[in-house]
Amino acid sequence: MTQVAEKLQPWMAVLEQRGTDGPRWLQDMRARAATAFAELGFPTNRDEEWRFTSVAPIASAEFQAAPSARVSLGEPDLAGFLYSGSEHRIVIVNGLFSAELSRAPNLPQGVRAGSLAAAVTEHPEVAQRYLGQLAEFNTRAFSALNTALAVDGAYVYIPDGVILEQPLQLLFVTTGAESGAPLMANVRTLIVAGDRSQSRIVETYVGPPGSVYFTNAVTEVAMGEGAVMDHYKVQEESQAAFHVASMHVHAVRASNFSSHSFSLGGRLVRNDVNAHLDGEGAECTLNGLYLADGERHVDNHTEIDHAKAHCPSHEIYKGILGGKARAVFNGKILVRQDAQKTDAKQTNRALLLTADASINTKPQLEIFADDVKCTHGAAIGQLDEDALFYLRARGLTHFEARDMLIHAFAGEILERVRIEPLRQALEAELYAQLAKDLAEIDGA
Amino acid sequence: MLEIKNLQVAVEGNLILKGVDLHVKPGEVHAIMGPNGSGKSTLARALSGHPQYEVTGGEARFEGRDLLDMDPDERAREGVFMAFQYPVEIAGVNNGYFLKAALNAKRKHFGQPELDAMEFMQLIREKAKVLQIDQSMLSRSVNEGFSGGEKKRNEIFQMALLEPKLAILDETDSGLDIDALRVVSDGVNGMRNPGRAFVVVTHYQRLLDYIVPDYVHVLSAGRIVKSGGKELAHELEKKGYGWLEAGTQPVGA
Ligand SMILES: Nc1ncnc2c1ncn2[C@@H]1O[C@H](COP(=O)(O)OP(=O)(O)O)[C@@H](O)[C@H]1O
Ligand SMILES: [Mg+2]
Repeated sequence: MTQVAEKLQPWMAVLEQRGTDGPRWLQDMRARAATAFAELGFPTNRDEEWRFTSVAPIASAEFQAAPSARVSLGEPDLAGFLYSGSEHRIVIVNGLFSAELSRAPNLPQGVRAGSLAAAVTEHPEVAQRYLGQLAEFNTRAFSALNTALAVDGAYVYIPDGVILEQPLQLLFVTTGAESGAPLMANVRTLIVAGDRSQSRIVETYVGPPGSVYFTNAVTEVAMGEGAVMDHYKVQEESQAAFHVASMHVHAVRASNFSSHSFSLGGRLVRNDVNAHLDGEGAECTLNGLYLADGERHVDNHTEIDHAKAHCPSHEIYKGILGGKARAVFNGKILVRQDAQKTDAKQTNRALLLTADASINTKPQLEIFADDVKCTHGAAIGQLDEDALFYLRARGLTHFEARDMLIHAFAGEILERVRIEPLRQALEAELYAQLAKDLAEIDGA
Repeated sequence: MLEIKNLQVAVEGNLILKGVDLHVKPGEVHAIMGPNGSGKSTLARALSGHPQYEVTGGEARFEGRDLLDMDPDERAREGVFMAFQYPVEIAGVNNGYFLKAALNAKRKHFGQPELDAMEFMQLIREKAKVLQIDQSMLSRSVNEGFSGGEKKRNEIFQMALLEPKLAILDETDSGLDIDALRVVSDGVNGMRNPGRAFVVVTHYQRLLDYIVPDYVHVLSAGRIVKSGGKELAHELEKKGYGWLEAGTQPVGA
């Protein structure tokens, strides 16, 4: 215990310096989160949820919770990241809303897209109702840390019946530290989708290539009755960065939430997606594609909580691993007693490009209702030898055949992206990374 | 065109082909018949360069060149085509895209310009008509969800497109109903010409009523135990394979 406490010392010091602005309820929540974190400490491999992912490199490092001065970025710094094709974007730099870089012209009446800190005072009834209510922090150390330390973030509110024609991009930039310890950005997002609203949201996480920093992100999404949302997360952090993020979705009756998670960057990455299907007929789709190479580690944990009847869920996660990369996939599906007629389907596949790449994976089905349909399938392995031979037997070289199969593997997830410029940008980025990995393999 | 001498092939350390000789001249059709497990597919796969099939002895020359020294894709580009007994399903690879890549790989090999999308579609339409192939098959993944008959027709369709010099058809008849068998046979017969040769592997004589061979060889326990003209196929139909296997060791169970 004392050893743990000692290790947490620098973190407690950071927590004591936490923001003191904002209304009373928010300060109380931060205090409770700080206490929760002090009690929890960082998870270890003895924690079932963290068995295969060690966060020691984060726990033992020292970070600055915020840069000494507001970092100012210009439009050129953002070039290349703004590929949602949307004219609507919110830019968050080191956890803080940037009014200069954000723009959301001609949003429909009543829509809010901007600073979370501002929303807490300007739109208090909604903010207080949801903030910290979906992302539970009493058992989750990183959520506790984020809740205690986040002072701003992104806020999106879509009133009942409103349709957002254009995708809305939330761009989170963490910068390298000018001096001293690397930066830690506690990034917070709250998205409230009104009844029967429709929207497409793109969360993009980036930072200066090659720099070390820690992004600790928490996103809460409240889906109203009949709301439809396509949510994209593009994790394209520096390949030396730490990225720990969780998204918590609360879905009520007849809503339809789709998550598309692309995890391409980062040195040590943990993505959690939790969907709580809490109304009849709520539907969710969780798709994911992750890529890692070198010594990188990427962990995807998903949990779909079927709490009410007649909820379909669909899930496909795929990974491509090169070098000595390590991945973890854990897909939990919980079907509660009331959730009759649940139809849950999960597929999890990983392609290992090298003998040194590895993955730990497990489906986790916990079913307490009797009239349900749950299927899951997993396939881990190298490229299919028979398929390779078939293509070669028609005249394609080994390299052409291999590329064709890898692209087909990734294509199944990419083709589900329903924002064409985003799909193209993702495809280009993914294939560029793969080309580099494959060239390394061929050179070796 | 194809000269095989004393070819020996092992799979997973077991010697399957124990010395096969075969000479195929341009324009000829050779049928290879034999009971299940006699090594027919092993011969076809070894000739197309499947990495699991290890040549442990003998030689095979294609147009005077050492066939066994070539990579599988080089053999294909040079004009050796094998229609698979069990075509492979490839999820996510569009059939039309795959066919175009295969065709252009060969054209590039011979220094011809690649076909553009228009030219390719025109060619496809033409060949598809002959084989009564539904155009929708092009937009599906390679062989994925195809019926047995569709898969076999897709193989012959690829052959028609790639116009090989030597085509090895491995049990293309199995799983086909009589109508499909006719369509496929017409496709093959339409491609017969003095410069092209076929090796037709089959378990049943039925196919040979449609694709009439010049020579018939019987493979048993990894050796060609009898060769003759097309009448040998009819003899086999009447007597079965038993009388030929006597004295040889059965392979497998
Ligand atoms: N890929 C393989 N792995 C293991 N054994 C094989 C393989 N291919 C063929 N064999 C063996 O080789 C023998 C001949 O098989 P095959 O060539 O497929 O016969 P045929 O096509 O005449 O029915 C059989 O005993 C079979 O079990
Ligand atoms: Mg066979």
